[in-house]
Amino acid sequence: MVPDAEFTSYYGRPIIKSPTWKVPDVPLYLYLGGAAGTSACVGALADLTGRGPLRRWGRFAALTGALVSVGALVHDLGRPRRFLHMLRVLKPTSPLSVGSWILAPFGTLSGLAAASELTGIAPAVGRAAGIGAAALGPAMSTYTAVLLADTAVPAWHEAHRELPFVFAGSALAAGGGIGLAATGDVRPARRIAVAGAVLELVATAVLERRVGFARTAYTSGRPGRLLTLARAATLVGAAAATAGGLVPGRRGRLLSRIAAGLLNGGAAATRFGIFEAGIVTARDPAYTVQPQRARVEARRDGVPVGMSDPMHPNDPHDGLQPHALEPERAEDVEAAEDDGNGGPARNPGGDATGADPRQLDKG
Amino acid sequence: MGNSWYGPLADPSGNAGYAADHPPRVGFFTDTSVCIGCKACEVACKEWNALPADGPHHDQPDLLDLTATSYDNTGALGASTYRHVAFIEQTRPRAAAATVDLGMPLPAGDATEVRWLMASDVCKHCTHAACLDVCPTGALIRTEHGTVLVQDDICNGCGYCIPACPYGVIDQRKGSREEGGGGAFKCTMCHDRLGAGLQPACATACPTESIQFGPLDELRDRAARRVETLHRSGVPEARLYGHDPDDGVGGDGAFFLLLDEPEVYGLPPDPVVTTRDLPSMWRHAAAAALTVAATVAAAFLGGRR
Repeated sequence: MVPDAEFTSYYGRPIIKSPTWKVPDVPLYLYLGGAAGTSACVGALADLTGRGPLRRWGRFAALTGALVSVGALVHDLGRPRRFLHMLRVLKPTSPLSVGSWILAPFGTLSGLAAASELTGIAPAVGRAAGIGAAALGPAMSTYTAVLLADTAVPAWHEAHRELPFVFAGSALAAGGGIGLAATGDVRPARRIAVAGAVLELVATAVLERRVGFARTAYTSGRPGRLLTLARAATLVGAAAATAGGLVPGRRGRLLSRIAAGLLNGGAAATRFGIFEAGIVTARDPAYTVQPQRARVEARRDGVPVGMSDPMHPNDPHDGLQPHALEPERAEDVEAAEDDGNGGPARNPGGDATGADPRQLDKG
Repeated sequence: MGNSWYGPLADPSGNAGYAADHPPRVGFFTDTSVCIGCKACEVACKEWNALPADGPHHDQPDLLDLTATSYDNTGALGASTYRHVAFIEQTRPRAAAATVDLGMPLPAGDATEVRWLMASDVCKHCTHAACLDVCPTGALIRTEHGTVLVQDDICNGCGYCIPACPYGVIDQRKGSREEGGGGAFKCTMCHDRLGAGLQPACATACPTESIQFGPLDELRDRAARRVETLHRSGVPEARLYGHDPDDGVGGDGAFFLLLDEPEVYGLPPDPVVTTRDLPSMWRHAAAAALTVAATVAAAFLGGRR
């Protein structure tokens, strides 16, 4: 929930439209795409290093993830029969277009590798296909962060530097976790899972610290609870994965499988939490109006952009303080301006404001 | 091809690949200071474009009913509402000096006055249109007139344009396939009328010339003069919105004269096309992908433990 604050809106109605993307289709795809991407990498490297069971798990997980992903994405379309229109053009400005061109060959190659695994036919083709899928795997894991960030949704767009690393960590934890369920030598999967869990936890913490005004959406309400759950599952999962490597025999195996479940649950909860945080900030006009208003005022006063936050005047943990410079945020803003042909410097509202209080009943 | 994604861009149609002899960029100048809230634009738009009833909005389901907040029962732009007249009732400190003293008795002790703001909102046809940039199928295009158009026979209803729009204009239509259900819809600037040399239906129907249509350059000049006139005649709060080619979307094809801050009308105060940050996003995603690859490789190559 957003704290009460002075800001103006049109009867409290949203400014931007919230996504029509369905739950669970899209957040499920965010999780599965990441898990499938790293699983393909695990499968290919297990193949090259002679770890049969790990290779099998990696290949099957990659194909399952890709198939369910495609199903979820087609189901999410308003006009599912036109799903092939996704491959009509290739547009670098559209993360969904780029993603379709990653997912289509990834799914095909994962399918070939898994078919070879299942039938034992043409292992050389299976190996080549598996390596091809692995080459696309890391992109599968992280492009979905751009998919969310390249929107006007404040919680997603403002996190566009951190989201790819959250998704990378979450995908590594999930894919490594799946590998932990295999028999035989799973030490590489264990290292991947633990490294991924650490990256996921750190990147999420950095995101919440740097996202500025949208922080409330990540730390409160349903998204906040989902992300807390994700953190707990990932933390315990990483501990269980580590312990599973130290405890020999059957009990070690059991710990590893528990870790596999926890890490994948955590990865999925992370994606659902981030997805829902975005929806919260799309529905509440405060998240759109307040940071933009602060930018306009700052430009008018000649103060560096993004420095004042009228919404959290009493929250010492929030990155933005009214009329106070917060150094880390200032760096972010400079970085943002470097990213896109220099920051805009203008004053679209004009400075001809009357003394009117701009009061409106919030509907 | 400089500034294809962000920044001032004089000729978006030329940038999109139209030959140099394409028609001039056209747009709307909506002067809200003369809007009387009659909603003729909404009706003309619905009729000309044969738009169905809106039905409940996907995240504002009450919009089918009376809003019970003002004379505005439309509420917002949507998949079947390409013009929306906002209606705002404000209590504010009484203007310091009335321009003409009519000798009317004023209520003693009341230092406030009430004013009505009315404004007809529409798709902004941005110079840098996020909806167009993110569309994965090529359904959204830049037209020869410089406007942004959805090709309904291409759109597969992926919905990416909807959260990409910084103004909350475009939306997915509910309903049967015959009514276009599942696809994304927004103002076409009456593309079919433009080709025939006609004005869009809303501008044609507007009785006060609050909605003015024409070549964008001409409209910008006219708007600047109008603001000057209003400032001279005691309306210092008049300001333009979306007219500036240096703003976050490269300037709007449909811009406004407002009498208060944009958010009062439900408009974002400082919209920025999301594509501005896309190069940075791809760079960060590439770095994250390399992190994934390196982590997996290191895990397999790492020493036996």
